[in-house]
Amino acid sequence: MDGFTPRRRLVLAAAFALAFAATPAAAQKKYDPGASDAEIKIGNINPYSGPASAYGLIGKTIGAYFNKVNAEGGINGRKINYISYDDGYSPPKAVEQARKLVESDEVLLIFQSLGTPSNTAIQKYMNAKKVPQLFVATGATKWGDPKNFPWTMGWQPTYQSEGRIYAKFLLANHLNGKIGILYQNDDYGKDYVKGLKDGLGDKAKSMVVAEVPYEPADPTVDSQMVRLKASGADVFFNVTTPKFAAQAIKKAAEIGWQPVHLLNNVSQSVGSVLKPAGLENAKGIYSSYYLKDSNDPQWQDDPAMKEWRAFMDKYFPDGDKTSSFTTYGYAVAQTLVEVLKQCGDNLTRENVMKQAANMKDLQIGLLLPGVKITTSATDYYPIEQMQMQRFNGERWESIGDVMSGEVGGSG
Amino acid sequence: MEAQAEALPAVRARPALTPARAILIGGIALALVLPFLAKSFLVFQLNLVLVYAIAICGLNLLTGFNGQFSLGHGAFYAIGAYTAAILMEHGGVSYVWTLPAAGLICFIAGFLFGLPALRLEAIYLALATFALAIATPQILKLSPLEHWTGGVQGIVILKPDAPFGLPLSQDQWLYFFTLAVALLMFWAAHNLVHSRTGRAMMAIRDNRIAARSMGVNTALYKTLTFGVSALYTGVAGALGAIVVQFVAPDSFTFSLSIALLVGLVVGGVGWIPGALFGGLFVLFVPNIAEHISKGLSGAAYGAILILLIYLMPSGAGGFFRLLATRAAKWRRRS
Amino acid sequence: MELLLQQIVAGLATGGIYACMALAIVMIYQAIDHLNFAQGEMAMFSTFIAWQLLQWGLPYWAAFVLTIGISFVAGLLIERIVFKPIHDAPVLSHVVVFIALFAIINSAAGFIWDFTIKPLPTPFGTSPLFGSTLIGAHQGGMIAVTLLVLVFLYVFFRYTSVGLAMRAAAGNPESARLVGIRVGWMIALGWGMAAAIGAIAGMLIAPVVFLDPNMMLGILLYGFAAAVLGGLNSPGGAVVGGFTVGIMENLVGTYVPYVGSDLKLPIALVIIVTVLVVKPGGLFGRVSVQRV
Repeated sequence: MDGFTPRRRLVLAAAFALAFAATPAAAQKKYDPGASDAEIKIGNINPYSGPASAYGLIGKTIGAYFNKVNAEGGINGRKINYISYDDGYSPPKAVEQARKLVESDEVLLIFQSLGTPSNTAIQKYMNAKKVPQLFVATGATKWGDPKNFPWTMGWQPTYQSEGRIYAKFLLANHLNGKIGILYQNDDYGKDYVKGLKDGLGDKAKSMVVAEVPYEPADPTVDSQMVRLKASGADVFFNVTTPKFAAQAIKKAAEIGWQPVHLLNNVSQSVGSVLKPAGLENAKGIYSSYYLKDSNDPQWQDDPAMKEWRAFMDKYFPDGDKTSSFTTYGYAVAQTLVEVLKQCGDNLTRENVMKQAANMKDLQIGLLLPGVKITTSATDYYPIEQMQMQRFNGERWESIGDVMSGEVGGSG
Repeated sequence: MEAQAEALPAVRARPALTPARAILIGGIALALVLPFLAKSFLVFQLNLVLVYAIAICGLNLLTGFNGQFSLGHGAFYAIGAYTAAILMEHGGVSYVWTLPAAGLICFIAGFLFGLPALRLEAIYLALATFALAIATPQILKLSPLEHWTGGVQGIVILKPDAPFGLPLSQDQWLYFFTLAVALLMFWAAHNLVHSRTGRAMMAIRDNRIAARSMGVNTALYKTLTFGVSALYTGVAGALGAIVVQFVAPDSFTFSLSIALLVGLVVGGVGWIPGALFGGLFVLFVPNIAEHISKGLSGAAYGAILILLIYLMPSGAGGFFRLLATRAAKWRRRS
Repeated sequence: MELLLQQIVAGLATGGIYACMALAIVMIYQAIDHLNFAQGEMAMFSTFIAWQLLQWGLPYWAAFVLTIGISFVAGLLIERIVFKPIHDAPVLSHVVVFIALFAIINSAAGFIWDFTIKPLPTPFGTSPLFGSTLIGAHQGGMIAVTLLVLVFLYVFFRYTSVGLAMRAAAGNPESARLVGIRVGWMIALGWGMAAAIGAIAGMLIAPVVFLDPNMMLGILLYGFAAAVLGGLNSPGGAVVGGFTVGIMENLVGTYVPYVGSDLKLPIALVIIVTVLVVKPGGLFGRVSVQRV
């Protein structure tokens, strides 16, 4: 009682009044851990070591892009603090890194965590902790499930979507084809196969004559290719990662097998896959994509492509310009920056997810014309459109219109 | 009366507190207090350290004390983990009972594997255990088994809460649970190694033929040791699954077996407490390496490892043994 | 029937790769009596050096020979610098240093040359061999070179004094020293030769599987299995083992129903282990008998 002299009471009252006066202004700025007036902390988990280390290039590209954004003033005046950890493509390590980012580094969100096993491992934790697991770097269909996992969202077209697009193409152009499938024996491979078969519907049973898996640890897929040719297939659905895609294309040419060749977009890079395999051997291959190919001369003078090239030259000169990982990383990082800009001064995790689920026909420069980003509270698949293309020996040529391969609701 | 007492030679009482015992008590005290001081993320990490320590203890029993080289202990870890996951997910079994179940199943698996392993020595045993390590993730991915194992997608587990409404967070409770299991198992291993069985095991390691000629049933002991070793690593696997809350074939690749082996050597082959140092190494050194250099984290890891081996060629165990001998010499001199 | 033949021929082609690697493994085993986990990574790094030399404009055979030379010296240096300090350490510590070396070399390669695959040219051309599209000129050339290296190794260990000295140094270092053999340098020489053979293996394998830092892991496993199957003290056995593993892997993958493709490698390994249980020294190896 002694402490509250009349003078002190006056000071306290004044302080309260000031606080109340200040709150309307302060109420406009809302922050969750990881956001402040000065910075936004963004967490990321990528495989920089281990069997999937090739994908680490994406994490590096994103880091370089954020450097560019910071150099140009940041997002609404806030600098991006990008913290990226290595999980070596190991789920227990991914869990550890996710917990580190959320509990120790206190990031606002985790962005573009890579790999289906790693993302599956942290999904429940992220949703329990109510931290956005945003624009995960995998095309597995199960990430678009807002009912059960409202804090998790993918970005790229799902593998099943792509499979369905190929199925549509086959039903329209090669109805009597006999399909042989080469697929990587994991989530990614099986998801593609499911998409194709679902898209073919009843015809799947009669059309698919061979389904041959391979392991990432296999030295070559030569044996599998021999088997596929022997099965009598005249359509080849090639679900392989870059190294094996190159081997498969080369082997097909060597054994004299020339099917209708559908190549999954993970491996459609001219520089990283088709050139090593032999451009002549890759002639006539079909694929589909949603981003502009940096090796394609038709985009030489495209403003978005020029901007990307300038970015690479200035902020990531060591980056491989021929790899689609660098265009991918750039595009997805741009998308995040758009979302965060949209958040304005309300940088709560809830608002980040709300804005992410509220993109209407967003156009990112590196996306192919006609491909737009759209999300809603029930549609957690930002990109669902792709463009079929055919390789003419030098570059990819678009065929037909932009197609949609929506997979409904939760995968 | 007094004179009589003085005439008796002074009997020096055995010191109740040797340095080793003091360190042990201090360590346990620290371990008990830590979860209340540290952030829950660190508690989670220490929990994993204990899990790896139990797994490495199992490997130590087989390789360190019995001389059987194993490149495939990751397989037993995986079996334990999946046992726990399947029981909890499909059987609704409480997490506590998954540990003895995992232990039992892995004991049988280890024993069965140890039987043909009797015919194989050194490098050939290495190949066989290596085959086991490679086979495990492949078997876990098999489509016919997908309904149980979840295939490539794996199984997600729920973390248990502290029982009896204790005021502990999930992380803290799991930590204490793991700590209790670890202390129990280390104590059991210590007793095993200092018993007749332990001496038989070590005799087989040091000179198999001599042991045989002395009447030690080498076949029985070798297969039993395999079983017990697998049991330890299997229980660790079950605990690991509960702590991480997720099992998938990608969690149990060959690199896990390598990590356990590295942990064993760094901790000290043939020294029970070494497993704790091994566990600390396995969990923290990759993080330190990444901190040193993002692009060359593997090289940093390798460099740290080589440096450790140069400084402590026989692991932490060898190092402490050296210290103890030096300390004894110094004490004797003064 | 035709598929069977095709798979066997394809298996021979892949088996050539394993045989190559297996020779390098046998070489190091002959020198140090245990396996070097980093063997594959050293071979991979050598292949990158070859690629870099080619990028800098050297003609193929110049790059080939220069790479072998560089690898030989590097292998020697690694032994003298990295392993000499721990010569007296227990075996497992050596194994751990191999693992550390693996991590360092793999990481360094990824850092210097990144992870996109790179094609390596073949001096043998890509035309089909004997009119069959299943086995190309390159695979034929690879098998030929492997056999050449095999003959060289056989002659080296059987008929030269250096080869004998190396075997002595590995098998019984103390006695070897007593007869005047410089054990340390023998081991270093063994490392150099193993590195050189690894380089040859890498440069033959890369045109088929494409060059990237993770190229060798799967091949090292198969090569290891092949070497053990053939007998670790028999270079000829290693080559036979390599072809056997290649064919076996293909046949298991094609014909074992339902799980064959998933369990190719484990089944192949199980078969090898079974062979070992029956014949502990491998198909062509000699078992060391311990006399009491």
